[in-house]
Amino acid sequence: MAAKDLSPKTRSEPMSDTTSLLIITVAIFLVMYLTAAYLFSDKGFAKPQMFFNLLNENAALIIISCGLSIVMIAGGIDISVGGLTALITVACVVHLNDMEGSSFLTSLLLALGIGLAFGLVQGFLVAYLDIQPFIVTLAGMFFARGQAAMIDTQTRTVANESFSALAQMRIRLPIGSVNNNGVFVQAYMELGVVIALLVVAALFVTLRYTTFGRSLYAVGGNKQSALMLGLNVKRTKFLSHVLCGLLTGLGGFVFLLHVRSGAVTHAAGYEMDAIAASIIGGTMLTGGVGNIFGTFIGVLTKGAIGNIVRAMGLVGSWWPGITLAAMLCFFLILQSVITSRKRAKIG
Amino acid sequence: MKNLMKNLMKNPLFVPVICLGLVLLFNLLTNAGFFEISIKRNNVGNWILAGNLISVFNNASELVILAIGMTLITSASGGQDISVGACVAIAGGVILKTLASKSGVPVVAAVSLGCLVAMAFGAFNGILVSIFNIQPMVATLILFTAGRPISSWITGGLSPRITNSVLDAVGNVIPGVPVPTPIFIAAFCVGFIFLTLRFTNLGLYAQAVGISDKAARLVGLSPRLVKFIQFVVMGLCVGLVAFIKVSRVGSIQYNYIAKDIEMDAILAVALGGNSLSGGRFSMTGSIIGAYTIQAITTTLLANSVPSDALSAYKAVVIIILVVIQSPVVKDFWRRRGKTDPGDSSLNPTKNGLPPHPQGAGPKANAGPNAGPNPASGSAASLSASLSASPAANLGPGPLPSLAPALGAGPVGT
Repeated sequence: MAAKDLSPKTRSEPMSDTTSLLIITVAIFLVMYLTAAYLFSDKGFAKPQMFFNLLNENAALIIISCGLSIVMIAGGIDISVGGLTALITVACVVHLNDMEGSSFLTSLLLALGIGLAFGLVQGFLVAYLDIQPFIVTLAGMFFARGQAAMIDTQTRTVANESFSALAQMRIRLPIGSVNNNGVFVQAYMELGVVIALLVVAALFVTLRYTTFGRSLYAVGGNKQSALMLGLNVKRTKFLSHVLCGLLTGLGGFVFLLHVRSGAVTHAAGYEMDAIAASIIGGTMLTGGVGNIFGTFIGVLTKGAIGNIVRAMGLVGSWWPGITLAAMLCFFLILQSVITSRKRAKIG
Repeated sequence: MKNLMKNLMKNPLFVPVICLGLVLLFNLLTNAGFFEISIKRNNVGNWILAGNLISVFNNASELVILAIGMTLITSASGGQDISVGACVAIAGGVILKTLASKSGVPVVAAVSLGCLVAMAFGAFNGILVSIFNIQPMVATLILFTAGRPISSWITGGLSPRITNSVLDAVGNVIPGVPVPTPIFIAAFCVGFIFLTLRFTNLGLYAQAVGISDKAARLVGLSPRLVKFIQFVVMGLCVGLVAFIKVSRVGSIQYNYIAKDIEMDAILAVALGGNSLSGGRFSMTGSIIGAYTIQAITTTLLANSVPSDALSAYKAVVIIILVVIQSPVVKDFWRRRGKTDPGDSSLNPTKNGLPPHPQGAGPKANAGPNAGPNPASGSAASLSASLSASPAANLGPGPLPSLAPALGAGPVGT
């Protein structure tokens, strides 16, 4: 019921925050990428493979950021995703290498199981014990990294045939470019990208058209009124964390597919990358505003910044970080200005 | 006896003191050698005190200083500064660069420059939080991301090693004094902040703004200015910590210096029994919290837990603590204890209401007519809760002009 009431209302406004922020994000990404493709065409920016490499490298981050966006839309935060990813890679590698009868399927189940366990515990602590999500997931981050270090402190490469076969799977696309030898090379995607795109599509639909999706926005926008609408605020928050845990499990598996090794130091700073991507994509940390497609663009923007900075010849290892932060700063101020103008209009 | 217990439980210092006590008790039972303090001669020939307790106090110095700033920020803005570690890297980079560039630069000048830069970055955070109304954790995420890259940019990716007698005296021991110097610096900061809280309105204003932004504005405070000042104070703390960090080893590694210290500082505030959503704070609690965290770390290391796995144990401790402190569990125990129903004076921020109505997005402030009433209501509750708060809740003691300052109208703006 509530879901059907909410969605027309947001659309009848001139333009909701979600939409306007999304349009700005997409526009900036397109302008940035196309300019780079024009300016640095000699460095391969115009080649389709450059774009698909962006996807290949960031597939795991896309999935993880989607989970984080859901938690953020519901008004929470989860900073345990980076540590959880590292824990999953380590656990899966140990499982794949040292245990009999392991295959990619069992390791996928293991990854999802670890993610689900974290999601359940963190969700319970946040939703039902009313503890600040930042503190709970901070503990989750500490726990995950520490646990990963307890399992194995070495970096180990996966040596499992079924998993390696899956990891080396390439999806050839009909588009491509001509290489230096004049041979046409098809662009390819890794399997993780397909998973990531499916996740983005599924979550986009979920958030827009299901009761659960709409109640996430309602709970994040205003807990009190969501409660008065008769929504189960606690359960919604709980489910948002469970979903985020599951998605991180899946993201950890995709991460492992890409890097094919497990280490405690993997996915360092992923939580902040994911938060930054969500914010650039128009998700507000105050809750109630956000879009999964925006998050997807946010991750791509974040990845593209690194490539562009490198193409510009700024070789210092510090430039990507500084540029990303400047971008983050711009988007945050933009959000703030939009919100305050809106508030001024209301009265 | 029962009343005494109840009063003790209500004291905000109850949780931090119990936690510290538990950690020490654990050590007493498992490893009494933990408390051993010996006096040794170091390689330069000075007599210094050595032992786990001394190392707890010594290594906690940075954390204590940061916990001071973090408590103030938490109180005023209802959020935390997660950029402190990165800002320490920046300030450390500035200090190191200044000292390395011209050997003639006195340490005082370099440190002052470092503090100024740190305060400037604190001001940057403050502007984002106060003027642009961005949640503190998100606003400081910018410097969290950029801090270490900026630090490596400043030093050019190098980490030169400085040998300087002043630095050595600050980071280790002053010749002739058997106690490590950082302990004195931390003690000085603690003393300074207690005097500041006692004789100025810094803490009072922070709490007023933290409890209710609107109510604080109605009594004539400028919430923006108050929040801004806390971030600048934090900048000063960061500068001092960077100074200690640099002088401990005479160098920095911008990717590892003060790593994860923001998490420890936030934990110290939480451990001190402070609500992380702002409002009333207990500085004593935070400082005890900071020492507790260092005690936990040292205990774990003394029990030969690998340093990589340290964080897992810390996480379990955090979870146990926050579960004990969570309003739901507290309520459960209160109901089991069958206190009279009129006693349910919960903190307003814990009732599920957003602590800052203006920060909760456009949907939170739906109607214009919803504005004045809650505001004046919360103004009343603010002054009531402030004037009724017992001395112990305000840290070092009640501020001299507590009620008059709030009632007198425009002050300090």
